[in-house]
Formats: sequence, C-alpha cells, structure tokens
Amino acid sequence: MTASPTRRQVLAAAAGAAASALPCPLLAEGAAPRVVVIGGGFAGATMARFLKRADRRLDVTLVEPNPVYAACPFSNEVIAGLRDMDAQLFSYGRIAAEGVAVVHQAATAVDGRARSVTLGDGAKLACDRLVVAPGVDLRFDALPGYDEAAAKRMPHAWKAGEQTLLLRRQLEAMDDGGTVVVALPALPYRCPPSSYERASLIAHFLKTRKPRSKLIVLDAKDTFSMQRLFQDAWKEFYPNLEWAPVSSGGNPTGVDAAAMTVSSDFDTYKAAVANIIPPQRAGRIADLAGVADRTGWCPVDPVTFESRLMPGIHVLGDAAIAGAVPKSAFAANAVAKVCASAVVRLLRGEPPAAPKFVNTCYSLAAPDYGFSIAGVYQPVNGQWLEVEGAGGVSPADAPPWFRSLEAKLAHGWFNTVTAEVFG
Amino acid sequence: MSDRAKAAAPRVAAFLAVALIRAGAMPAQAADALSEAPPGAASCSGCHPAHPGVDTPLTPLAGFYGSDIVMAMQVFRDGRRPATVMDRIARGFSDEEIEAIQAWYMAQRVIIDAPPRAK
Repeated sequence: MTASPTRRQVLAAAAGAAASALPCPLLAEGAAPRVVVIGGGFAGATMARFLKRADRRLDVTLVEPNPVYAACPFSNEVIAGLRDMDAQLFSYGRIAAEGVAVVHQAATAVDGRARSVTLGDGAKLACDRLVVAPGVDLRFDALPGYDEAAAKRMPHAWKAGEQTLLLRRQLEAMDDGGTVVVALPALPYRCPPSSYERASLIAHFLKTRKPRSKLIVLDAKDTFSMQRLFQDAWKEFYPNLEWAPVSSGGNPTGVDAAAMTVSSDFDTYKAAVANIIPPQRAGRIADLAGVADRTGWCPVDPVTFESRLMPGIHVLGDAAIAGAVPKSAFAANAVAKVCASAVVRLLRGEPPAAPKFVNTCYSLAAPDYGFSIAGVYQPVNGQWLEVEGAGGVSPADAPPWFRSLEAKLAHGWFNTVTAEVFG
Repeated sequence: MSDRAKAAAPRVAAFLAVALIRAGAMPAQAADALSEAPPGAASCSGCHPAHPGVDTPLTPLAGFYGSDIVMAMQVFRDGRRPATVMDRIARGFSDEEIEAIQAWYMAQRVIIDAPPRAK
C-alpha cells in the first residue's frame, strides 16, 4: 500500500515546516512571506512566476545573473545551422511585470540555516523559504585534459550561449573530409537524449554540407534512452555516423586540446572538430547552500523537493536527484509547478498535495524526423517512480508522417513551454 | 450547414472570451488555484498552452469544453483514438484523477461547460 507512507511523509514534511519556519502559518497571519529563487532557467523561472501567480501576497525574488536566458532545448538545431540563436533567447521582463522582483546578480553565499542569500554586490536577501535551481556545472576535473581552456578549442556546448555558437562556427569552418568527434559521459547528466540528438543533427549537417566528413561518437555507456529509434534513424540517414560504446572501446579517457586529439579505451582520434560533453554535477550554488551531497547532486524529498540535507531549501531542475525524475526542461517546468503548489501550502501551514507530473521529451534525429519518450511520475515509498503501464517511447515502426508530426510537436512544445515560463 | 460548422463561430467567440478572461486580471477564485491543483493537472500546460496564440499544432486549454478532457483521456488510454504521445500519458491516470483534472480547469473557467448553442 503506497498511500500510508506518502501520507506520513506529507505530515512529516508539514511538521518539519512548522518546526523550522518562522511564525506559521505565515500566509494566514497576513504577513508577506518571502521566497527567494536562485537560478532563472526553466525550473527557477517557472517556480518564481507560479509562486507569485499562486498567491500574490508572496514576496518573490528571482536571483539570476544573466539578463538574457539562452535555452538549451533546440540549441542542437542552432549548432547544425538549422535555427538562429535568437530563437533561444528569452528575457525576464514579463516575469518581473507580474510582480516578481528579478535581481540580476550572482548569489555568492547562502546561509541555509539563517535563510539568507548574499549577492555579488554585497546585498543580503532574507527569506522564509529558499529555492535553488542552479542547473549543472561541467566538471573540468573529470576527463583528463579537459579543462576550461580546452573547452575553448573543444566546445562542450552543453550550456547554451557562446559555446553553442562556437561549435557551430567550428563545424562551418572545417574542411570537408575531416572527422568530428563527439564524446559523451556516463549517467547522470543533463538531458541525456539530447546528446544523441546532438550527434544526429551534426551528422545531418555533415551529410548535407560536408559529405566526405565523418562523425565518431565516443560513449561512456552501452545503452541509452530511445536507443532503437536513434539507431534506426542513423542506419537510414547517416552512414557517416559511427557510435562507439564502452563495450567497443569507446569510453572517452582524455583529450589533448593542443593536438586536437580525443582518446578512448582503444584508440586516439585526430579531430577536425571535437565536441566534448564532460561529466557534470549540480551548479556551484548547490555547494554554497549545502544541498549537494558527495555525488555532486542534490537529494530531495519526493513530495516537496525540499533538500534532504538542508530544511527550508527546495532544489529544482537538473541539480536535483529525485529517483526517476528526468533531467529535462519539460520535467524542470512540470516539477516547479508541483513545488510552487507545495511551497504555498507549507507557508499556509497546510500539508502539500499529493504530487504527480508528466514528462515528455522530444528528440530530433533529422530536421523533420522526431520521436519522444514520455512518463508519468509519482512518489512511491519515498522515491519518485514512473507509473507502471504508462509512458514509453514512440513506436519503432512508425511511418514518416508520424516522425514528421512529432518533429512539429517538438517545436510546438518549445514554443508552449517558453511562452508559459518567459512569455 | 453541418452541426459542426454551426457550432464553430460561437465556439471561436467563447474561446476568445475565455482567452480574454485569462489574459486580464485573474479572477479572485483562481488566485490560489495552483495550490488546489489535483495530481498531474499542472503538467498539461507544458504542451497545451493556456492561451491561444502560441505556435503549436496542439489545442490550447482554453479550447476545450466541459467533458472534452475526460472523454479524450479515456479514448487515448483505451487506444480508441490514435495518438502520438497522449496514449502513453493517459495510461498513467485513473478515471478519478482525470475527472478531478477536468473539474479543476472548469472551476477556474479555463474550460467552460459547453459550447454556446448556435442560434
């Protein structure tokens, strides 16, 4: 029976809130509880906006150093020359217009116990609940030879922005006949399916623009999400793409940025262009806030996404490790809405509602050829699990119109979610 | 003129009316709707925009009526209606959950009871 433990956790969470928060219930007493959200990506921006919409009396501050957000989903199309970078850029103006205080400063210190955030300009923000959504940091200590300087020659392009454009420029400038090497890390990392979308769309670029070139994908895994769908598409479209999994010696073991070589267990490859996606961890602010554990990721309560390490701090987006919850923009947005509801209820002294959310991730294997993986998630015995019998991937034998429709739905999803978060 | 065509014009008008309600000040009873959202309800707007005007092939939430959601979720779940992804999603929800989601959207007047009758 799953209801009893969940209910216990809900009550425990509410009791924890009562014990740790300031006068409770804050909202019922007519005070203006303060919530600070650090990080303005899909998770943090959704959280700030929906908190304010859920209760206009809340004093909500969004702390995000960048005035313009560069979205990762569809940045693979930018790399492959299929889309302008402008389509990835969003401002926080509409969120601010709804009454969220948007502060374009870096958070430089977090005192989790005092619930206080120090900003780059020295100002301090006190709050009743804190939300950190720092995304991921690339680990420049994990793959020998791959540090920040190497990333300027061998872009990761795993945070959208200048790195995205650098990889695009390198692909455009390379001579036809060269080898592109893409290196992929082991799990967990941000949006794993999009690394195979990355490979697919680079292969598409090479096929259409540099037809004598080839792509080698060195992978620290043997299996991956939507594998059959990707591999069927590669077989159909990209004879120029070679995937080397761990079992074939493909595990990336190091790079030499000066020599432009990438090594694997079995071989060293000379690259005309190298796209190195290194291992990752929760963004640095998670460390400052004391919510990251030794793995580098942030364990959270499955109902409220409150940190298991630091009460009163909720962790959202790719930084959190929450059972089966995927590290996707779709999930970041969906979970943030669930968490916004929980935070409003906790501030009222009410137990959070039973959470449940949907994730749908689209991938493009070619510009007009998409497929998806979906799941419905709910907590069971303290862990986020997929609802059995639901979810799964697009059919393997779908006709071309189905792939084309899913490619259109993928673009529709991006337009919809960015309108909801930033529009 | 078919019933469908007759229904189209008022449906568009109602659709715009709902859109205008949503675009303006939120009605008081909707102010804290999020905290009352039944399980899964807040996920719909990831793909189905709350407002019209977003470039997507999908129906905005404000384009559904009354029992549309329950009916659609049931036929997707049972495989009676072809789908790209909604069959996979609908299988994760019980009748009770689907009805609660529909009721929540109706309570906020995001979804209205039925299309206005054609005169």
